[in-house]
Amino acid sequence: MWASINELRERIHADSSEEIVAEYLERIGSSKLNAYITVAKESALSRAREIDSESNDGPLAGIPVAIKDNISTKGILTTCASKILTGYIPPYDAHVIERLKGAGAVIIGKTNMDEFAMGTSTETSFYGSTKNPWDTDRVPGGSSGGSAAAVAGDEAPLALGSDTGGSVRCPASFCGIVGLKPTYGVISRYGLIAYANSLEQIGPFATNVRDVATLFDVVAGYDVRDSTSVDREEKYSSALENDVSGLKIGVPEEYFGEGTDEKVEKAVWDAIHKLEDLGASRTEVRMPHTKYALAAYYIIAMSEASSNLARFDGMRYGLRTEDSDWHTTFSQVRAAGFGDEVKRRIILGTYALSAGYHDKYYLKALQVRTLIKQDFEQAFKDVDVLIAPTMPYPAFKLGEKIGDPLSLYLADVDTVPINLAGVPSISVPCGFSEGLPIGMQIIGKHFDEATILKAAYTFEENTDFHSKRPEEI
Amino acid sequence: MYENPDGVKIGLEVHVQLNKLKTKVFCGCTTDYHNDPPNSHVCPVCLGLPGSLPVINKKAVEAAIKVGLALNCKIEEHTQFYRKNYYYPDLPKGFQITQYDFPISSQGYIMIEGEDGELKVRITRAHMEEDPGRLVHEGTIDKSKYTLIDYNRSGMALLEVVSEPDLRSPKEARRYLDKLRNILEYLDVFDGNLEGALRVDANISIMGGQRAEVKNISSHKGAERALLYEIVRQKNVVRRGGVVVQETRHFDEAREITLSMRTKEEAHDYRYFPEPDLVPLKISGWAPAIKETLPELPDARRMRFVEQYGITDDHAKALTSELKLAIFYENVAKKADPKTAAVWICDVLKGELNYRNLTIDSFKKEHMLSVIGLLASKNITEDGAVDIIRTILDKGGTPEEIVREKGLIKVEGDIVETAALEAIKENPQAVADFKAGKEKALNSLVGAVMKKTKGRADARAAREILLGKLG
Repeated sequence: MWASINELRERIHADSSEEIVAEYLERIGSSKLNAYITVAKESALSRAREIDSESNDGPLAGIPVAIKDNISTKGILTTCASKILTGYIPPYDAHVIERLKGAGAVIIGKTNMDEFAMGTSTETSFYGSTKNPWDTDRVPGGSSGGSAAAVAGDEAPLALGSDTGGSVRCPASFCGIVGLKPTYGVISRYGLIAYANSLEQIGPFATNVRDVATLFDVVAGYDVRDSTSVDREEKYSSALENDVSGLKIGVPEEYFGEGTDEKVEKAVWDAIHKLEDLGASRTEVRMPHTKYALAAYYIIAMSEASSNLARFDGMRYGLRTEDSDWHTTFSQVRAAGFGDEVKRRIILGTYALSAGYHDKYYLKALQVRTLIKQDFEQAFKDVDVLIAPTMPYPAFKLGEKIGDPLSLYLADVDTVPINLAGVPSISVPCGFSEGLPIGMQIIGKHFDEATILKAAYTFEENTDFHSKRPEEI
Repeated sequence: MYENPDGVKIGLEVHVQLNKLKTKVFCGCTTDYHNDPPNSHVCPVCLGLPGSLPVINKKAVEAAIKVGLALNCKIEEHTQFYRKNYYYPDLPKGFQITQYDFPISSQGYIMIEGEDGELKVRITRAHMEEDPGRLVHEGTIDKSKYTLIDYNRSGMALLEVVSEPDLRSPKEARRYLDKLRNILEYLDVFDGNLEGALRVDANISIMGGQRAEVKNISSHKGAERALLYEIVRQKNVVRRGGVVVQETRHFDEAREITLSMRTKEEAHDYRYFPEPDLVPLKISGWAPAIKETLPELPDARRMRFVEQYGITDDHAKALTSELKLAIFYENVAKKADPKTAAVWICDVLKGELNYRNLTIDSFKKEHMLSVIGLLASKNITEDGAVDIIRTILDKGGTPEEIVREKGLIKVEGDIVETAALEAIKENPQAVADFKAGKEKALNSLVGAVMKKTKGRADARAAREILLGKLG
């Protein structure tokens, strides 16, 4: 159970990919987690048989990967966990899916998420909540909760999510696994159904740093179809060394602010001290504009979302209500197809971009974004990485916060500044609180994934938090 | 000096399809869809499918810079794309990618022939945007039970050329459009004959009042008609003691009237913001190299024709007003007398083409050279030459064949002389009238000579012969 890529490779070599895939499918079939919206049973098995017969030597040959349901998969239903995309089967693959297929991976299914990635708990899904494998009364985090729960629940060894304001790191933290939000531009967004284009990146999940790096190697890289994609090739998995000597860690006190659980704070500090014991040095850094990040983030994300989601009108694909004149039909489709949180964000975003308010909100948020970037640039003059809690507290109960959107938004306080700045950050398990995993994030300079992966790997090699597994499963 | 009695101010927003590009503006779909079934040239990008991303077509930006330079514009250092948000069934993303701040080019001008001589019309900006799809209604828009959408056009590169309100009459507006179209054709970025190639929104006010924006104008004639209608409408509002309100109006091309669409209060809020999926483009460095490739533009060619070929400015203007006509003329003028060529192409051939709604493509330069050659060698008369041109356009054939079939070879001088003597003999009254000072009487004698020679005589020569005999 919970096999790594290397272990799976050996098993595929000894047995077959088909057997491995069938085992995962069996666990998915008997699971209570609701991690998947669509299980691609037939296509996964037939792809596995194909791999078995062609002796594919790709880095992920025959290995199942779960895909967040906002990433386009040719021929497989793609819903963004929204009723409005009922029946939508993309006619094309996202760039990352092409890469995965090229590496021999088997797409095992599409995972649950907050509707259009708008949420921190995977509770806004039209397809029902996903449960946390560590405590099925609790949320898995979000918005990529299905992907994280699938990996933590041994329903997939690897998964892809997307991170707009913490949507990979939050569920990685809540589910006790590793999740990476890369530098903006490192992974092509072609085929990722946009929530907030200027902020989001696709990111890998796995139970350990090495597998995250391997999956990252496969999906990262330049794509001519994404104008924001960056042309630099790097092999991240070869950066993994058990060595942090000389690493300069910055600790931003603003990330340990009010509302941070004491046990979370202690676990992260313990982790920092552990890295110090291993040869790293530590300084405290100030990031004075952090307190404005949440407001700026939500204004920018909602503004972009209000425009991105305008295309869902029922005309060409997805939900269709009774036909009337076009504006009535558009309104009916959108009224019936979007959930409350999505509607709230579209309305707020529309407001923030409106004449008379644009400068006061949207433009102001962009200015704050610049200041936050400068905070990071300033901090990174003196340190190599920043370490902070991923989430201020461990996984909360299902239904606990969903009625109070503002408290849910506040949960993103430590993750959103990273998206505003576009820098990379990896969340790794660093402790437990009453049986629930705690995650810390290691934040790096633009395009310096190698350093944060190496620090995360070293921490992992010298601790055993990542090897603990949920008992309920 | 033009008085502009009604204080008319017109500014035009012209949407030009850069339809000579090979591919659409943000994807690799072909622009050559006009003869193909609907929705046969589409992809995830131009259909706005979830997850698709635009990638700017470099050639489209180059073409836009080329136009900007030809319109004497300043080329922006960095150019940026924006989203214009509104819902419409032809718009698959629910927003249009266009430009707002930092358009590709701005602050240029076009020289046109105004009501009272040369007029400088300032260009505010020329920016790039994507074309929406095309809606097809069954019957008329208000009675149709359904609407069909063809996304073949979706994502075609458009250039929106916005002028300052420097135009003072519908006639000037038409001339501005003619000139703009002419320049675009010279630049080889635009084929004005394709469906949807050029669309105009016109802003018009009178006597310092509020302006109306008239949309849905799809031709030069339409622009003139819509503006004429608007002037009358706005004058009537004022005459009745009313106030012209700022509003958007729709031009009903069939009825040649404008209808109110929405007032200022109902105006759309497009919520422009920078398109996050396209990075700002640094284009300042592109302009010098593109400038090198600019062809000779209409005004320059007109001046050159006057100087090089010694033709009149009116002829040069007419010949350069269409690129193909200018090329045709120049090909003929290289091998024949340039002045004669200008006269026959401008004063005869162009009129015959217009009359038949044909373009210069319908007439071969070799035929023009033959006609001029036959005239120069005095083998045919001017009437015969006109007959040849008409016959080629109506029935085809070569000038030589037509001359043979119709027997158009000019008759010899002594036959004309014999005919003249006969005419004098047979028309004593006309002779008497002429001698009594009625010069017009000579015309009936010339007519008699032409009749006797079955039109093959040269009328001018016949006249001189008659004058000699009577004088």
